[in-house]
Amino acid sequence: MRLLSARLSAKRRSPLAGVVVLLLGLLLTGGVYALVSPAQAQSGQADQSTIAKGRALFLVGCASCHGENGEGILEKKGTQYAPPLAGVGAAAVDFQVGTGRMPMARPGTQAEARKVLYNPDEIKALAAFVATLGPGPSIPAKSQYDISGLDSKEVARGGQFWRTNCTACHNFAAAGGALPDGRYAPSLNGVSPKHIYEAMITGPQQMPVFADSVVKPSEKRQIIAYVKSLQSAPNYGGNALGSMGPVTEGMAAWIVGIGACVAFAVWIASHSVRSKKGAKA
Amino acid sequence: MSHDVQPPASNEEGLVSTQHGATPAPAGDPIADPGLPAHEPRPTDVDVDAEKRAERQIATMFGLSSVFAILFVVSYFVFDIGDHPTIIAGYGASNVALGVTLGLALLLIGIGAIQWARKLMSDVEVVEMRHTAASSDTDRVEAVKAFNQGVSDSGIARRPLLRNSLLGALATIGLPAILTLRDLGPLPRGDLATTAWRKGMRLVNDVAGTPIKPGDMEIGQLVNGEPAVFFEDRPDGTPKFEGTRLNDAKTKAAIIIVRMKPENITPPKGRENWGVEGILCFSKICTHVGCPISLWEQQTHHLLCPCHQSTFDLADGGKVIFGPAARSLPQLPIMVDSEGYLVAQSDFTEPVGPSYWERG
Repeated sequence: MRLLSARLSAKRRSPLAGVVVLLLGLLLTGGVYALVSPAQAQSGQADQSTIAKGRALFLVGCASCHGENGEGILEKKGTQYAPPLAGVGAAAVDFQVGTGRMPMARPGTQAEARKVLYNPDEIKALAAFVATLGPGPSIPAKSQYDISGLDSKEVARGGQFWRTNCTACHNFAAAGGALPDGRYAPSLNGVSPKHIYEAMITGPQQMPVFADSVVKPSEKRQIIAYVKSLQSAPNYGGNALGSMGPVTEGMAAWIVGIGACVAFAVWIASHSVRSKKGAKA
Repeated sequence: MSHDVQPPASNEEGLVSTQHGATPAPAGDPIADPGLPAHEPRPTDVDVDAEKRAERQIATMFGLSSVFAILFVVSYFVFDIGDHPTIIAGYGASNVALGVTLGLALLLIGIGAIQWARKLMSDVEVVEMRHTAASSDTDRVEAVKAFNQGVSDSGIARRPLLRNSLLGALATIGLPAILTLRDLGPLPRGDLATTAWRKGMRLVNDVAGTPIKPGDMEIGQLVNGEPAVFFEDRPDGTPKFEGTRLNDAKTKAAIIIVRMKPENITPPKGRENWGVEGILCFSKICTHVGCPISLWEQQTHHLLCPCHQSTFDLADGGKVIFGPAARSLPQLPIMVDSEGYLVAQSDFTEPVGPSYWERG
């Protein structure tokens, strides 16, 4: 570059030519980078007014636990009252607030999904503000979790991923399951594809992270499609009793099945009605 | 069979024996036996109409049972099964209809029979005396006689050669039976102690076979992995592992890869360099009875087995902190290869999965 600019300036005899070429080169590089750079870097940025609105909402609704700048609050005994939010990303906010887990009603073992308290615009603003605290996963685009158009082979592959990665906690039929100390993995029944995707990339609460670098976005779509196919599948064998496996099935066998046997035994052995009329002959 | 009733033991005077006590038992029962209450008839015993009504009721149950049995046959043919089953109100029609109709058909026969016994059959108490279970004396004498006859006819006591060679033949005939048990399956040999892991083998995501770089792993991330060899082909294009051999090898080599903050990890002595920047790799097979475990709580670093709630602390060398498992979860030592992917340093240094006799 220096050689080129030196030669050009020498030919045209203008001391400014070299500087102009350098500036043009820099502009071109910057322009091309802006065009081809990953979309994620752009979608993470929101306009200043949205961020300002998000910060205002954050100060009112979130700062009492997470700190004014999302730095988290440490208790005297050393445990976290609420975790720091730098680096959790917009996806985490969209999941936690969008499913009603945040704001929490009270501190406890687990933030439960409740009524959603913010409207979509407010959630977007909150997410935009939290995204400025540190780089983290951004809200997935619709194309990432849109499951329409997947064929049965892809859905079946989603089932393989599901059984390998998810069933240990969320149960084979996505009905959820118990964890230690009163925590639980929630049922995925009725959870939107976007929120399932966000849960995988952010790892809310005790859930591990399943980052896009290892479980690819296309594979996540297959998983979501499989979960949705589970929920729309008919019960071939009659009532599934919540798809909880031996827990509810065993309870039904003990209470309904053995209960009916006991009732019949009591009926067989009970005294039948007697007549006061006396013997026939 | 004899129907004699044995009288209670008594001496010549007809008094109950008093050999063990100084006080003679009082003659006769001090509290009078109240006996059975007077028999009261049922309405069906005294009322012809009630009797007819009960009869009709029971016949209706038997009739309905036939109806349900026929409905079972009908639904067997009417409802489709297989790839496109008939669905009614979200249920597989065939299973539900077959179960309900057959169940009701059997239940109605039972209910009818009970009702028949309760309403119409005789309900007068009947006494049936006990009798000895032994055969009559003549039968027993006869049997012993026949046996002794056989012994003397065969001369088994007089011919030791025959007796001993017969015993020998009976003993030897057991050998083929014991030997063929060997065909129930191949002997495990040393297979239980080793897995498919080798030095330098890449750790890949299960199902897809994606290799993993340390930079792909976030704090709190869990990867259910396998060795890359399960996704590789031989030069002739056939997979290196397939069929039951693949399944057998996968069940032993399955791993979980997790990333924690390095300051939270306390590696056991000698395992300080078994991880990469807080990334640790453990066997996915529970040491209790071999369930696959991937129920990882990323904040507590606990790995819980869904079968019997054995809990392992992955930040503490996979130590058992709860439940029936007796051994720590085996850890796979890992490092980074020249291309920056996570690879194994070696095979597991101890057998994975449940304990077994020869493991010691």
